[in-house]
Amino acid sequence: MIFDWNVVWYAMPLLAHGVVMTLQVSIVAGLLGLAIGLVAGLASLSSFRVLRGVVRGYVDFIRGTPLLIQIFLVFFALPVVGVRLPEYWAGVVALAVNSGAYISEIVRGSVGSVEKGQAEAALSIGMTRSGVLWWVLLPQAWRPMVPPLTNDLITLTKNSSLLSAISVYELTRAGQAIIATHFAPFEIYLLLALYYYLLISVLSWASRRLERSLPQW
Amino acid sequence: MVIPPAILSARGVRKAYAGKVVLDGIDLDVRQGEAVTIIGASGSGKTTFLRCLNWLERPDAGDIRIDTQVMGRTGSVVATERVLAAQRRLFGFVFQRFNLFPHLTALQNVALGPRRVLGQGREAADARAERELRRVQLAEHMHKRPSQLSGGQQQRVAIARALAMEPRVILFDEPTSALDPELVQEVLDTMRALASEGMTMLVVTHEMRFARHVADRVVFMADGVIAEHGPPEALFGAPADPRLQRFLRHLEPSA
Repeated sequence: MIFDWNVVWYAMPLLAHGVVMTLQVSIVAGLLGLAIGLVAGLASLSSFRVLRGVVRGYVDFIRGTPLLIQIFLVFFALPVVGVRLPEYWAGVVALAVNSGAYISEIVRGSVGSVEKGQAEAALSIGMTRSGVLWWVLLPQAWRPMVPPLTNDLITLTKNSSLLSAISVYELTRAGQAIIATHFAPFEIYLLLALYYYLLISVLSWASRRLERSLPQW
Repeated sequence: MVIPPAILSARGVRKAYAGKVVLDGIDLDVRQGEAVTIIGASGSGKTTFLRCLNWLERPDAGDIRIDTQVMGRTGSVVATERVLAAQRRLFGFVFQRFNLFPHLTALQNVALGPRRVLGQGREAADARAERELRRVQLAEHMHKRPSQLSGGQQQRVAIARALAMEPRVILFDEPTSALDPELVQEVLDTMRALASEGMTMLVVTHEMRFARHVADRVVFMADGVIAEHGPPEALFGAPADPRLQRFLRHLEPSA
């Protein structure tokens, strides 16, 4: 076969639009997921059993079902019960709810990995459980959270390609549109892979920078 | 001479883990200004008893009275988390492994309680922390983090952290056991100074010299009970319980 460089030159700027959309979806969903994950993670550490049970159920559901089905649930099933989201927001919400579950486990795990004597020392000066969490455990949990959180953001960015299934015009969808008109799957899918790879490399690099910039003791 | 009333009293304290009895009914009174040491072989329940006093471990049975309060109770009902936290504050606790907060400086470690538990403003809390650090001779190190301090210095910061809450009694759980030998003395000196200032202290220790020369009373624990107690001269001079006799025989000659 002949590698068609012309279609590559043609596709590159078009795909750049897709990159912007992929980045935008990932960042918005990532921030939303972080917020959901923090709240759910703290809830799973609370002393209220019901609250812990709700988070448990949420995490189990997300872990036990495919992301694609979760996306379809938000986009195709929610309108049936009256919640109609445009494809962009349906995609963002689905990704955020999905990664929020994993992030809540990261938060719970990082706080739980702080040495047990820390909580005891804080209790001994008269702190309540919530004070211990807020003033002693969480400040020590941020740094160990960064690497797994980055992993999660990388997964989220790659998973955003599934939004092509509900016609969000992100990187994968943009590539598919070009393939449909130019019949060059080999060139375009390779190019897509390269774009994703570069995107992820930048994210990894930024995460390492962030981790190094956090205080150490 | 007026005998001051007991500020801390334990009655019938029991604790078992998975069926194994660790504390089998402990009674102990500590009067205001007294320094009491608890000695005994490892596994005798000394540390568990100390941790039951401020409810770091919940006793299975028994009452612990501190000041006018009964730990874990408000009147006849079970105390809320908030009340229990306030009761715990009446105790200072010094851990074997210091348990300083590594993300905070020495000053912040000591000021955290006054600030976040007592609700003092930053200046007031810092001033109190500085005062307590001065008391343990560490004012010049107050802006260092625990990782920049020696073990002995860390333990003294931990003592200052306990002092800053103005506790009725300070519980020491083998405060020098994790220290290199050359760092033990500075911590013992700090504790001796506190005792002479009239601080009420209950000290679990293997430092027999401290038990002998600083403590007003010594308690010997074995098999989850208090096997013998009394003034140090009596315990070390004429031990009655055979377990205590054996315990003292096995100590290093330096004690």
